[in-house]
Amino acid sequence: MSYIAKIKVTLRQSILDVQGKAVDHALKNLGYRSVESARIGKYIEVTINETDLAEAERIGNEISQKLLSNPVMENYSLELELLN
Amino acid sequence: MSDITVGIVVFPGSNCDHDTEHAVASFPGIKPVLLWHNEHDLQGAKAIILPGGFSYGDYLRAGSIARFSPVMKEVIEFARKGFPVLGICNGFQVLLESGLLEGALSRNRDKKFLCCQTCIRAVNGSTIFTSLYPEDEVLSIPIAHGEGNYFAPPEVIESLEEHQQIVFRYTDAEGKITDEANPNGSLKNIAGIVNRQGNVLGLMPHPERASEKLLGSLDGRGLFESLFLHIAGV
Repeated sequence: MSYIAKIKVTLRQSILDVQGKAVDHALKNLGYRSVESARIGKYIEVTINETDLAEAERIGNEISQKLLSNPVMENYSLELELLN
Repeated sequence: MSDITVGIVVFPGSNCDHDTEHAVASFPGIKPVLLWHNEHDLQGAKAIILPGGFSYGDYLRAGSIARFSPVMKEVIEFARKGFPVLGICNGFQVLLESGLLEGALSRNRDKKFLCCQTCIRAVNGSTIFTSLYPEDEVLSIPIAHGEGNYFAPPEVIESLEEHQQIVFRYTDAEGKITDEANPNGSLKNIAGIVNRQGNVLGLMPHPERASEKLLGSLDGRGLFESLFLHIAGV
């Protein structure tokens, strides 16, 4: 049995997101007047071969903090989905 | 007296390793050795340099994967024992990711990859890396990076200032620290910082690209020379 860890990494609000800003400008140039803002982050899927949800969650959090995000400037969210 | 060994780590994607080797080799009595990232042996090096480049293609975040290279375990231990470690550009990013230095580097304020000459000053001339630089001397040293925008939470900035850990700052040609002279949006115009112990320095500008007359500036040599005088015990 395994789980897919779906991890979203986003820049903290206090960090200037230059990519998001460029996309935001482009959307406004396309005429989407109601677009307020855009932020860009990363989406990462990691397959974890564990039978225990709690253990898969522990690993998901550990790898997110250790490697997948940099807590100085990024936040992450973790979602787990049972694969089979 | 035999030559003093200085180790230069080569990650997959490093591209300033040979430039750094070339610059280091120009100092008499100093022998550079290239250390492949999979090695555990620092070959008796008295100082380690993490060069610029795009280690692991800058995948995920600049420096984030290199930080877990086998050789980094040794480099971190070497640094914790108090030996000198210098990180240039991508090397600075690796040092931040590894926790040897505090803060992070995000994308340049104006979104652009910047490759140009900058003016910086060694605002702390009392480190082992800057002892030969007068604090008011404006140094012309190039930068080449897309992610050099230094950020740290306010309490970290306060602590860096309190302990004189901000070592290099971007200035204008007169040496004034202004917003216009800040190429990438770094907080406090920070171009380089040192750890509290004073043995680990990271900076975005490339001193190895300003170490030869042919390259248009010799201003980077002072950094290497300060460090080499230190490890030679002079």
